[in-house]
Amino acid sequence: MTEDSKLKVYALESGTVIDHIPSPLALKVVEILGVQHEGIITIGINFPSSQLGRKDVVKVENLKLTPAVTDRMALVAPTATINIIEKSQVVEKRKIHIPNEFKGMLRCPNPNCVTNVEGVTTHFVREGEGSKPTVRCIYCERVYRQPGDLVV
Amino acid sequence: MDLKGCSIVSIRDFPKEDIQAVVDKALEVKSGKWAGALDGKVLATLFFEPSTRTRLSFEGAMVSMGGRVIGFADPNISSAKKGESLADTIRTVTGYCDVIVMRHNIEGAARLASQVATVPVINAGDGSNQHPTQTFLDLATIQEEFGRLEGLKVGMLGDLKYGRTVHSLSLALALFGTKFSFIAPPSLRMPEYTLEQLKGADTSFIEIGDINELNDSLDVLYVTRIQKERFADFQEYERVAGAYRIGRDSLKLLGEEVRIMHPLPRVDEIVEDLDKTPNAIYFRQAHNGIPTRQALLGLVTGTIQ
Ligand SMILES: [Zn+2]
Repeated sequence: MTEDSKLKVYALESGTVIDHIPSPLALKVVEILGVQHEGIITIGINFPSSQLGRKDVVKVENLKLTPAVTDRMALVAPTATINIIEKSQVVEKRKIHIPNEFKGMLRCPNPNCVTNVEGVTTHFVREGEGSKPTVRCIYCERVYRQPGDLVV
Repeated sequence: MDLKGCSIVSIRDFPKEDIQAVVDKALEVKSGKWAGALDGKVLATLFFEPSTRTRLSFEGAMVSMGGRVIGFADPNISSAKKGESLADTIRTVTGYCDVIVMRHNIEGAARLASQVATVPVINAGDGSNQHPTQTFLDLATIQEEFGRLEGLKVGMLGDLKYGRTVHSLSLALALFGTKFSFIAPPSLRMPEYTLEQLKGADTSFIEIGDINELNDSLDVLYVTRIQKERFADFQEYERVAGAYRIGRDSLKLLGEEVRIMHPLPRVDEIVEDLDKTPNAIYFRQAHNGIPTRQALLGLVTGTIQ
């Protein structure tokens, strides 16, 4: 990538740049973060990446997303990096923290699970390690390999 | 191990040492050591899904050790029919008893009940998920036969895909260095995610389609029923079920010392000519349900230590 094209994506006076999102998940990330209606969002898709092959980048203007918000991406884009920008400078750089437990964040796809019958808050625990975590519903005990699909 | 006040929801909640301790306690109870231990204790049996066999086993366990039983066996007379939430039913019942035994067709119902009850909840089956007392009685039976759980050669035969008893039992046995042989038709193999969890030290497994493919004798063969509903075509069912029927002549392949287990009820997957052989231990296994459930009832109420 040339310096010019880099600028197109990163030039941001204030806000949050989410880099290293595996393609093609940028739109999903925007949806999960719930920032669709929060002002200008720039989405870059299919940038070459030495780490991921191809990556997406999401830029949210004038909004500094807290870890509590960005960690919601943990199961969809665990490789993502967060850059907080102030006065065109990166003032904070962080990774996604993948929690060991997910309460109320995911929906259990098992129709016979008590969480879908009795309206209980869902509760999942992480089982796999690394960038491909699997999760287990603590109620029906089923394991899901694509936890990103369960995010509500 | 101190299980006083603990619920028995899933075999997954138990580390190896606690599994061994519960099994040892079940055999201690069977030897008569804890007679009358449940004196004065009240058990509430909540069977949202009928299961006469399991309910009688728990009620018999309670009563013959001095305890009393309240509850319902028919979901049609329960408050659940009137639209009360499960959590509210449990919050009410928890005030009437020292321990709750619950069976429900919804998976995770027992976990939810254990979170709202102020007394221990014992899961007597939650849908296709868990039935931990069955697993403990299976383990107690194996311990009784071999004097240990460690390092045995265990075959599991039949429907390994949908059979919750074999899933839970294999998870527990995997902690004890078991050599598994999973014998099932291709459409009813052990699920991948269950196999992935059989990671205990020295534990290994092979998957085969037929007992003819066994290359070693077994210590235990755990037989399960292949249900008609799993097959769209009746003739296909007949053909498959026939190939997984065990009889006296199967002993040549399994080993003359093999113990045959089955969670019962049996239909025709074990031929009756096996019943009178020393290999058949499935009725003794069923009877071990009483001391195993007594041990668990005593441990969670604190009357057995
Ligand atoms: Zn569930």
